[in-house]
Amino acid sequence: MKKINKQTKSNIITYGIVVVAFIIVQLLLSTGNLSSLMEGLLVPLCVYVILALSLNLVVGILGELSLGHAGFMCVGAFSSAFFSKCMEEIITVSAVRFILALILGAVAAGVFGILIGIPVLRLRGDYLAIVTLAFGEIIKNLVNVLYIGKDAAGFHFSTKDSISLNLQPEGEVIVNGPQGITGTPQDSTFLIGVILIIITLFVILNMVNSRDGRAIMAIRDNRIAAESVGINITKYKLMAFSVSAALAGAAGVLYAHNLSTLTALPKNFGYNMSIMILVFVVLGGIGNMRGSIIAAVILTLLPELLRGLSDYRMLIYAIVLILMMLFNWAPKSLEWREKHSLKRLIKKKKTAKEA
Amino acid sequence: MSFLSYLINGISLGSVYAIIALGYTMVYGIAKMLNFAHGDVIMVGGYVVLISSTSLGCPPLLGVLIAVIFCTVLGVVIERVAYRPLRNASSSLAVLITAIGVSYLLQNLALLIFGANTKSFHSVVTVPAITLADGKMTISGETIVTILSCIVIMVVLTLFINRTKAGQAMLAVSEDKGAAQLMGINVNRTIGLTFAIGSGLAAIAGVLLCSAYPSLNPYTGSMPGIKAFVAAVFGGIGSIPGAMIGGILLGVIEILGKAYISSQLADAIVFAVLIIVLLVKPTGILGKKIQEKV
Repeated sequence: MKKINKQTKSNIITYGIVVVAFIIVQLLLSTGNLSSLMEGLLVPLCVYVILALSLNLVVGILGELSLGHAGFMCVGAFSSAFFSKCMEEIITVSAVRFILALILGAVAAGVFGILIGIPVLRLRGDYLAIVTLAFGEIIKNLVNVLYIGKDAAGFHFSTKDSISLNLQPEGEVIVNGPQGITGTPQDSTFLIGVILIIITLFVILNMVNSRDGRAIMAIRDNRIAAESVGINITKYKLMAFSVSAALAGAAGVLYAHNLSTLTALPKNFGYNMSIMILVFVVLGGIGNMRGSIIAAVILTLLPELLRGLSDYRMLIYAIVLILMMLFNWAPKSLEWREKHSLKRLIKKKKTAKEA
Repeated sequence: MSFLSYLINGISLGSVYAIIALGYTMVYGIAKMLNFAHGDVIMVGGYVVLISSTSLGCPPLLGVLIAVIFCTVLGVVIERVAYRPLRNASSSLAVLITAIGVSYLLQNLALLIFGANTKSFHSVVTVPAITLADGKMTISGETIVTILSCIVIMVVLTLFINRTKAGQAMLAVSEDKGAAQLMGINVNRTIGLTFAIGSGLAAIAGVLLCSAYPSLNPYTGSMPGIKAFVAAVFGGIGSIPGAMIGGILLGVIEILGKAYISSQLADAIVFAVLIIVLLVKPTGILGKKIQEKV
């Protein structure tokens, strides 16, 4: 047997975790051991995992801080929901329709990623963060004033209200401003979510281990050195950014097709969401894809598991978050952990025995 | 006439943003961190004034004083407990996430203590409104007090930084932490002082904001916090006059945008202007150019 290198092994473990988790959940589902609350959480869980993975591509691999990831998710969600709503009667096979919607949503978000990336990626550090945050908020705001209707004469657009669309009586309002899109076909399932996670992982892990990925990481580690060995900075930055945006768009598609009403609220597409995804990424380990998956799952389940504590649950969540950050990152805590780590204790015993 | 009154309202809102942005920009300048919990300190300040005036029956000015002291202490405690241990962490994202954690913590504490309901806030301003041009235009007392306090804060802060030892120490630490320490400056105490001043200012901003827009809930602070952050970046983060200019410009753009273009798109307009400014001047209006050394 050929020897598998360390990286490939680690990747196989990551895929394995996802597959095993899927099988366990399926077993629990079939034996009826999963509460309906948890069942309803399965698809959102997949959405968060994909978002965390895609943001990790920007934060961990490209090394830039983006706070507008929810904006790309919003683009993917609305464009795909719009497509599905229009095509509901034309394409009746839900699988085909969903795949088309998925491609459309991902491409739309990717295009937005390129459009936003071209001007934005010139900035660095915290300035880049605030501009991506601004773009995310703009996208959310624009979606909230968008009205699109359809009748025999075709599509009508407005940014005022649904009456100014001038629809014919039999026409239908599809995107209704702040009320969003209602009646999107609910095509998302847990299986699709898991498949999407695996595709996302496949895209990101392969990208990281490719020539392009090496170039992106070289830019992260030292921009000037990378530039001087002939790496096209703009091209690779844009590549990472737009791939990440497209993946976030795919997560948006999954999200949109899980809800009967899709609205752009500060809660789901605002900066709060972007920040929440960033929390997953940082807590899971910057640049570590497996960590992102685990962190996203734990942090999404944590408030639900604490539901018994009702009002205190978000408080506990906040405290846990702060403590985990201090434990994982504070130099003093790291020193302490180094001193008291299991590995070291075992080693000490060994040397004591030998002596 | 209406344009003028919109403009004055804009300057008033902008003054509040400017006061909040000062806190952001000082903390960023010295600790190089985005303090996401800053907006929530505003909310805490609002609640403290509310309690001290309704439950304890304090006169408004005493209430404001209590709020400022409370928030100053809160700021120092947050810095000591949550941010200082992470100052030398290997990634600057660590302290950012911790700040987000603190922000969640403050919001949820407020939620637990005061409930999710929006509370009505009684203005603490007792200055009467001014009527100009035969009653065609009135300027409310809140507006006058807000603009005046912004100017006073600005002047006092500039004097403090340029004329006092502690202020000079702050400048030195923001320039180079290591060198400042070698010169005998207590870096930890200086950073603590910066947080104290920033949080005290946030309390004042909270009172002014709640007096002008008399409602208060646990999330009151988050949007003005983000806007003030935008204002700080707009003016050039780390620069005190920049925060002032950025804040006021942002307030004026927001109010004029609401009045003449679209009330729903006002936020989008604010953010769009920010993007355009940053694309032309990547470090903000008054930001320093960073020389890159190889």
